[in-house]
Amino acid sequence: MFGRLTWAAIPFDQPVVMIASGIVGFVIFCVLALVTFKGWWPYLWREWITSVDHKRIGVMYIGLALLMLVRGFSDAMLMRSQLALAAGHAQGYLPPEHYDQIFSAHGTIMIFFVAMPFVIGLMNFVLPLQLGVRDVAFPVLNSVGFWLSAAGVLLVNVSLVVGEFARTGWLAYPPLSEVAYSPGVGVDYYLWSLQISGLGTLLSGINLTTTILKLRAPGMGYRQMPIFCWTALASNLLIVAAFPILTATFAMLLLDRYCGFHFFTNELGGNPMMYVNLIWCWGHPEVYILILPAFGVFSEVVATFSGKPLFGRRSMVMATMVICVLSFLVWLHHFFTMGAGADVNAFFGIMTMLIAVPTGVKVFNWLFTLYGGRIRFTTPVYWAIGFMVTFVIGGMTGVLMAIPPADFVLHNSLFLIAHFHNVIIGGVVFGVMAGITYWFPKAFGFTLNERLGKSVFWCWFVGFYLAFTPLYVLGLMGATRRMQHYSNMHWQPFMLVAMAGALLILLGIVLTGVQLAVSIRRRNLNRDVTGDPWNGRTLEWSIPSPPPAWNFAQLPPVDRADAFWAMKQQRGTAQERQDRNVKRAYETIHVPRNNPTGFFLAFFAVLLGFSLIWHIWWGAGLGLLGAIVVCLIQAWRTDGETEVSAEKVAAFERLHGVQEGAA
Amino acid sequence: MSASEQALASGEVLPLSLRGPAPTRVVAGYGFWLFLLSDIIIFAALFAAYAVLSGESAGGPTAADLFDKKHVMIETACLLASSVTCGFGSLAVQSGNRNSTYFWMAVTFILGATFLSLEVSEFSHMLEIGAGPSRSAFLSAFFTLVGTHGLHVTMGLCWLIVMLLQVATLGFQPMVSRRFFCFALFWHALDIVWVGVFTIVYLGAHL
Amino acid sequence: MTSAALLMASCSEGVLDPHGPVGKAERVILYDATAIMLAVVIPVIVLTLVFAWWFRAKNKRAHYRPDWEYSGRIEMIIWSIPALIVLFLGGIAWTGSHDLDPPAPLADSAAPLDIEVISLDWRWLFIYPHEGIASLNRLVVPAGVPLRFRLTSTTVMNSFFVPQLGSQIYTMPNMVTRLNLKADQPGTFEGLSAQFSGDGFSDMRFDLVATEAEAFKDWVNTTKSQGGVLDSTTFEELVKPAKADGAQTYAQVSEGLFDKISLGSRAAVSPQRGR
Repeated sequence: MFGRLTWAAIPFDQPVVMIASGIVGFVIFCVLALVTFKGWWPYLWREWITSVDHKRIGVMYIGLALLMLVRGFSDAMLMRSQLALAAGHAQGYLPPEHYDQIFSAHGTIMIFFVAMPFVIGLMNFVLPLQLGVRDVAFPVLNSVGFWLSAAGVLLVNVSLVVGEFARTGWLAYPPLSEVAYSPGVGVDYYLWSLQISGLGTLLSGINLTTTILKLRAPGMGYRQMPIFCWTALASNLLIVAAFPILTATFAMLLLDRYCGFHFFTNELGGNPMMYVNLIWCWGHPEVYILILPAFGVFSEVVATFSGKPLFGRRSMVMATMVICVLSFLVWLHHFFTMGAGADVNAFFGIMTMLIAVPTGVKVFNWLFTLYGGRIRFTTPVYWAIGFMVTFVIGGMTGVLMAIPPADFVLHNSLFLIAHFHNVIIGGVVFGVMAGITYWFPKAFGFTLNERLGKSVFWCWFVGFYLAFTPLYVLGLMGATRRMQHYSNMHWQPFMLVAMAGALLILLGIVLTGVQLAVSIRRRNLNRDVTGDPWNGRTLEWSIPSPPPAWNFAQLPPVDRADAFWAMKQQRGTAQERQDRNVKRAYETIHVPRNNPTGFFLAFFAVLLGFSLIWHIWWGAGLGLLGAIVVCLIQAWRTDGETEVSAEKVAAFERLHGVQEGAA
Repeated sequence: MSASEQALASGEVLPLSLRGPAPTRVVAGYGFWLFLLSDIIIFAALFAAYAVLSGESAGGPTAADLFDKKHVMIETACLLASSVTCGFGSLAVQSGNRNSTYFWMAVTFILGATFLSLEVSEFSHMLEIGAGPSRSAFLSAFFTLVGTHGLHVTMGLCWLIVMLLQVATLGFQPMVSRRFFCFALFWHALDIVWVGVFTIVYLGAHL
Repeated sequence: MTSAALLMASCSEGVLDPHGPVGKAERVILYDATAIMLAVVIPVIVLTLVFAWWFRAKNKRAHYRPDWEYSGRIEMIIWSIPALIVLFLGGIAWTGSHDLDPPAPLADSAAPLDIEVISLDWRWLFIYPHEGIASLNRLVVPAGVPLRFRLTSTTVMNSFFVPQLGSQIYTMPNMVTRLNLKADQPGTFEGLSAQFSGDGFSDMRFDLVATEAEAFKDWVNTTKSQGGVLDSTTFEELVKPAKADGAQTYAQVSEGLFDKISLGSRAAVSPQRGR
C-alpha cells in the first residue's frame, strides 16, 4: 500500500537525528500556531504565497536561503566537531553511516538550496527595478519556479526524519550511487529533490534571460544596461544552457536505479566515467552561475560607494561574457586524476587558467574604481573589500590546481576543500551579504543596523580564515576529504582551529538574526524616505522604498548608463523641474493578479517526489494528475491581470514626494 | 527629452533594443525559444550518452541487428508530414478560421499518433525478443534517447488536444494564438530532433 | 608570519616532503607557480587596502575624480598582466602534464618492478605478478627502483595515493589505470584512497614500506614460504564488503588474476587510449 515505506524509516534509534527533528518540528509548530492565532493566514496567502510580484518572490527566495543556511551550517558544525574529536584511535560521535549523509547533505544544501536561492532571489528582486520595468517576463512562471525550489527544500529536509539521505557526496558519483551500492532511499531523495528544484531553476533562468533581453525601459540598450544586469544575463544564460545537462544526467541515473538501465553500472556496458564528465559539464558552469551575480553586486557597490562610475565598464562587460563562454570549456579540471592523458589534461588546465584572465581584469577594474573615489565605509563596502582580498587568494589556489601535476597531489584533499570554500564564501557569500545589505532598504523601507552589520562581516571574515587556512595546510600534509576519522595526531590541532573558525562564523550567522530583529525594532530611526539612501547611480533608487506593485508610474526614459545618476546631475533649477512635472501624465497600469498555481504545483511535486522515492506508485500517479489539473486550470485562466487606475497611481506618487524619474 | 524620445519625434527608426519593453507576443515567443533551446540541450546530453554507449551491446543485440530502415522511413514520413500540416494549421489560427484550424490540427494529431504507435510497436517488439533497455548499455541509451523524443511527441499531442479545446471554448483571443505559436515551434523542433535521431541512431547503425 | 609558520608545519610531512622523483618534481611546480602568482596577488591585496584607506571619504587630501572611468593604458596593462601569468603557467601546465603523466615510465636506468593494485571495499590488494605473491593493506617495495603500477577496482571508484611519493590515480571497475612512482630512500610512507567509496573509506589506508634491495628480496622469499593462496575462491571472500583490519600476505597468486578482474564482463577500456 505504501510502497517500501514502513515505520522503520524513522530513525528512532539515532538520538542526534531525533532530537534535531524534534526541535525543528517544535519550531515549525510554534510558528504555524502563532500565525494561526494572530490571524495572519489571509495576509500571508494574499501578499506572499500567491504573489507573482518579483519583489515578493525575490524576498521569499532569500528567506528560504537563510533558513537553509542554518541547516547547511548545522551540518558543517557536526562535521567540524566530529573531526576535532576523531583523531588517533578516537572514533568521534558520528558513525560513518551517519557522517556520510551529513557531508553529502551539507554540500547539496549549500549549493542548491542556499547559494542558488540567494543569487536567484537577488536577481529576481533587482533586475526589473534596474531595467526600469514593472515585472519579469513571466510573473506566474516566476512563482512556479520559487515554489518548485521550496518543494526540493522540503523533500531534502524530510529525508532527515523519514528514511535517510544520500551517502555519496554532493554529486553522487556512480557506481557508488547505483542501486548495487546505495540500495536505500538516500540517493533517490537526492535525485528527486534536485530534479524538482532544478526544473524551478531552469524556469527562472528562462524568465530572467527573457526579461533582460526583451523588457527594458525605453532607451536602455545594452550599453546603457547596469553592470549587475549584464552579470545576471551571463548567469541566466548559463542556467538555461547547463541545467538541462543536470536534468538529463540525473534522469539517466534514475533510469539505472528504477528501471535497471545500464548507463553507469558496472555490468553490461555501463560507463561511470561518462557520469563524471556529464555532471561536471553542468557543475563547472554552475559555479559561474553563482559567482557572476556576486561580481555584479560588487561592481554596483564599489561604484556607488566610491561616488564614481565603474572603471572600465566595457571591458567588465566583455570579461563577463568571456567568462560565460569559457566556463563550458574547463570541466575536466575536476578529474585530472581520472587518467585522460597528458594532452587532454594540459588542454583543460590551460583553458582553466584562461578564465583567470577576465577574472583578474575584473579585480583590477574594481581596484581602479576605488582609485580617485570618495569611499564611504558602509557595511556593503566592508564585504566588497573583504571579497577583493579573499577571493584573489582562492583564485590563486584554483589556478594552482589547474596545473595537472599539481592537482595530482592535491585532488580531493582538504586543500581542494579550502580552495572552493575560499571562492564560494569569499565570493558568493560575501557578495550576497553585500547585496542583501545594499538592497534591503529598497525592499523594506529602512536600512539595516550598520554596527551589527559590520560585526557580522568581521565574524565571517576572521572566521573564514580561521576555519579554512588550517585546511589548506592539512591538504598539503596529505589529508583527504570526506574522512570520518584520521590516525595522524599531528592533524588534530589544525582541526581544532578550524572548529574555532566555524564557531566564529556561527556567531556571524546568529548576529545576522540579531541584526534583523534590531533593525526591525528600530526601523523608524532608519527609515528610507527618499528611496535613495546610498546616493545611488541606477534606476532602482529613483522610486520609493518599498516600491509600489507597479514599480514605475511611468517607465523612465534612459539614454546612458548609470541613468539615475545622470538624472540627478541634470536636476537643474526648480523652474526646469516644474516644467518637467507638468508633462507628467499618468495612465492606467495593468498589474498581474495573485495566482496559486505555483504553490499547488509544488504541493503535487512534493507528493510526486515523495511517492516515487518510496515506490508508492498510486501516490506518484496522484501527484502527476494533480499537477496536470493545476496546469489546465491555469491554462483557462483569463483574468490574469488587474488594473490600477491613473488616479491611484497619481495619489501614490504625491504621497511619496517621488524622485523625478520622468523628464 | 531623452535621446530615444528625440529620435522618435524626428521620425528616426529606433533599434529594437532601445524601444522599451517588447510586446507580449514577442516576449512569449522568445521565452519559449529559450525553453526549446534548453530542451535541445537535454537531447544533446542524451545524444552524447548514445554516442559513448552505442558500441556497448554486452554480447546482446546490436544496432545493426535491430533496426528496420523501412519502419523508420514510414515513421519519419509521418512526422515530417505532420509538421507540414501543423504549418497549415498555424496559418488557419492566424487567420482566425475555426474549421480550418480543427481540420489541419486533427490531421497533425493523426499523423503524430501514427508515428507514436509505430514507435511503440517497435519498442514492444524489441522487449519481446529480449532487446529491452536493461539488456545492455547500448540499449539503455537507445531506449532513452528515442523514448524521450517519443515522450515529447506524446506531450505535444496532449497539448494539441488542450489547444483545440481552448479554441472551442475561448476562441482566437491573443492568449490562445500565442500558445498555438509556441505549440507550432515545439512541434517543428521535435521534427528537427527526429532528423538527428534517425540520422545518428538508425542510419548510423548501418554504416 | 602565520603563513610562514603554517608552511613550516606542512613541510615536515605530506606533499611538501616528497621522497620520490615524481613528488619532488610536483613540489617544484607548486612552489614556482605559487611564487609567480604571489607576485601579482600580494600587490593586489596591498593596493586594495591602500586605495580603500587613502580614498576614504574623510581624507581631504585624496584627489576625488568623479568622472575618471577609463584609461586605455591601464586597460592594456590589466589585460596583459593576467595574460602573461597565464602564458607562463600554461607552459608549466603543458610540460608538466607530459613529463609527469602517470602512465609515462620514469626516466631511470633500473628495471621497473610491476605491481598490480586492486581497490576493494574497503581495503587495498597489491599483487606482484612476477613474484607470484600478494599483500593486503601493506605495500612493500625496494627503494630506488621504479614502480610500475596497473590499477583497477572491484566495485566503486577509489584513488590510489601515497602523498609523499607523488601523483594519485583513480581506480575504476572494468578499467585499468597506470601510474609510475619511485621511493628514493627506504622509509614507511602512508597511503590512502582519495576518492570517497563508502562507509569504510576512512580506514582504507595502507603503508608503503620501501626497503633496501636485499631486504626486499628477503621479504619476497619469506612471503612465498608462508601465507595462503590467492585464487578466484579466496578473492571472492575479499570482495565482500569489510572494513580494513590489518595486513595480510599471500604466498601464491593465480596467474592472470588481475587481468581477469580488471576485464570484468567485457574487454578492458583503458582510459589512456593507444598507450
